Amino acid sequence: MYKTFLVKYSEIGVKGKNRYIFENALRDQIIRALDKVEGEFEVIKEQGRILIESLSDYDYDEVIDALCHVFGIAGICPALRIDNNEWDNLTSEVKAYVEKVYGREKKYTFKVEAKRGYKDYPKNSPQICADMGEFLLNNFDNLTVDVHNPDIRIDVEIRNSAYVYSQVIKGEGGMPIGTSGRAMLLLSGGIDSPVAGYMIAKRGVKIDAVYFHAPPYTSERAKNKVIELANIISKYTGPIDLHVVNFTDIQMYIYDKCPHEELTIIMRRYMMKIAQDLAVKNGCMSLITGESIGQVASQTMQSLACTNAVCTMPVFRPVISFDKQDIVDISQKIGAFETSILPYEDCCTTFVAKHPVTKPSLKQIEKSEKKLSEDIDRLYEEALKTVETILIR
Amino acid sequence: MQAYLDNAATTRPQEEVVALMNEVLLNDYGNPSSMHTKGLEAEKYINEARKIIADSLKVTPKEIIFTSGGSESNNTALIGIANANKRAGKHIITTVFEHASVYNPMMFLEENGFEVTYIGVDAMGHVRLDELKDAIRPDTILVSVMMVNNEVGALEDIGEISTVIKETNPKTLFHVDAIQAYGKYKIYPKKLGIDAMSVSGHKFHGPKGSGFLYVADKVKIKPLIYGGGQEKGMRSGTENVPAIAGLGRAVSMYYTNHQDKLEHLYELKAYFISRVLKLNEDGKSSVTVNAVDIHEGCEYDDILKAVGYTAPHIVSVSFKNVRSEVLLHALEEKGVYVSSGSACSSNHPAISGTLKAIGVDNSLLDSTLRFSFSMYTTKEELDYAVDMLMELVPIYSKYIRH
Repeated sequence: MYKTFLVKYSEIGVKGKNRYIFENALRDQIIRALDKVEGEFEVIKEQGRILIESLSDYDYDEVIDALCHVFGIAGICPALRIDNNEWDNLTSEVKAYVEKVYGREKKYTFKVEAKRGYKDYPKNSPQICADMGEFLLNNFDNLTVDVHNPDIRIDVEIRNSAYVYSQVIKGEGGMPIGTSGRAMLLLSGGIDSPVAGYMIAKRGVKIDAVYFHAPPYTSERAKNKVIELANIISKYTGPIDLHVVNFTDIQMYIYDKCPHEELTIIMRRYMMKIAQDLAVKNGCMSLITGESIGQVASQTMQSLACTNAVCTMPVFRPVISFDKQDIVDISQKIGAFETSILPYEDCCTTFVAKHPVTKPSLKQIEKSEKKLSEDIDRLYEEALKTVETILIR
Repeated sequence: MQAYLDNAATTRPQEEVVALMNEVLLNDYGNPSSMHTKGLEAEKYINEARKIIADSLKVTPKEIIFTSGGSESNNTALIGIANANKRAGKHIITTVFEHASVYNPMMFLEENGFEVTYIGVDAMGHVRLDELKDAIRPDTILVSVMMVNNEVGALEDIGEISTVIKETNPKTLFHVDAIQAYGKYKIYPKKLGIDAMSVSGHKFHGPKGSGFLYVADKVKIKPLIYGGGQEKGMRSGTENVPAIAGLGRAVSMYYTNHQDKLEHLYELKAYFISRVLKLNEDGKSSVTVNAVDIHEGCEYDDILKAVGYTAPHIVSVSFKNVRSEVLLHALEEKGVYVSSGSACSSNHPAISGTLKAIGVDNSLLDSTLRFSFSMYTTKEELDYAVDMLMELVPIYSKYIRH
């Protein structure tokens, strides 16, 4: 029944002179999201609102779902657009709307809120509220007024056309993608890293991702699973460039040369270094990981300190203080969980010591890494040279 | 170079099979139930395939039910026979190393009031006949045994098992899962005392989604799928005419020059085993071949004799200190395609998984690969595969978890 959606945004409304940047980004993100939905739409910026007009038939649930994945949207209001805003026409359209949506049987309390963007309109906002309220009260026996805590709030906005809406569907919040720079996500096949990527992207950050592939220890199916995870979060983050690094030779070389209980820490340090190099190359200013304090041996504070020591750019760890269950909850909300728990990675355990160090010292780790000096630079260059970039669109 | 050595998983369809299916799909696409000529044309393909298959088994065409493949055949046989005979008893016997399409229906039957006894096997994968004899009771309605084990290639003596069953309880029915065996062997159910037998088309160069169940005329069985009454009511649903036609063609081709094909496969198996055991000579690798009765230092001729008691196309090999998945993917990078022997395939306490059942050492359960051949496999492919193993096994056996 709706041809129009009115999009409300919150935080970007207060960004001062840069506001247009945020509004444009939000408009672009909405266009991108609707691009994947059946039907044609026009997205218009107008006075602190974004209006979506449907130009063809469309699937209502699909549109709402798509918009619920766009960061920066505070609320989505399916609205009735009334082009002839002359008062008698307006009232009769509103009457039909209320009758259709709320019926004449069930009892409701209500109030009318009005906004007048079109300043030449003969009634001002308080008058519109009062007159429309009175009109509805006279026409519906099942409605009574409650201005403090109404069941229904009917919004009437008079612009060039008039817009009437009474439902607000909660949006994702956050800031539109592309307004806060670009960062490189270390994406594994697990539960935590997709959640971390989602959380940072919610602040308007454009996401790149890097995955460390170790054939034959990790299979092609494990890689496809990571691609699938990137696809899932891209529903929120928009396009992702997924960089696949072949890590096998480095991994085996570390195994050959270094103490086995330090394997994981040293491997993670090399992963961070590679991620950082790829970040620089791709215009990213930060790294993102799914680390959480104490979750595994490589995520104790000592281990994190050792891993962090190779990084010169900020490392964002949005789930650092989260319990596993809290991460799982978000993973389920964003639809990544089912994919995350597919069991394709167990071969990698060859390179996880049965009793890894939990309190590594940086000095000791750096000393162990000296044993790699003979060949590591060549392997490192080779890994960077053979990166495969998969465009998730 | 490539070597596809996963023919127990599936085989490449023969070109003649595909050509015939193409023809049926594009031109003779009628529904056999239609009363006009188009329907009649389609029906002809089905009758022809049914005749070819019945002849290959020396049974009558009406004893063949077309299905969608091995799993459906096993499900129909087990659940269908159990349901039709439950007044005579609710006890069923099978072995500990069946395929999932047998033991999952068994678990379903257990949930529905049937009692199932699981018989053990020896190190060669042979059913323990004394155990079987002891397990058969007056209320045992069905025994189900696979003729060739899909993971290690053990070959059961079906005639002997059947004799034990019929001597102990003549009323007990005998179902054989012949999915890995049909095509490889000439199987005559009437002579072997088989009452029902499952077959899948894509294991011998036929199409996927094709298969049949042989059910002896006298056997009572209920269908799983109800509907328009096709296959004499035993398997409703419009017949998959192209697949059935392709299946018939695959059967007639496979059983042409059959003896040559069988010998070729046995030679391949003996050759592969003799070569793969050479890996032990490098001093670093430790390789064992499962479910074949050979001893250290035996020659090709000994091996050829020993493999004669096993299936001709499946070799199970354990590689000490190498994770099967790692080696599988490493081989894959070289164009060699194999399967991993599954360490354990069920949560059921009575079912141990094939490798455990034949007594493979615990440390090797996760280090076992299955190599399986077809009549198109060449010695060159096997040479290439063994060369790759010689290159890869010493590398990857170095990387073990500490």
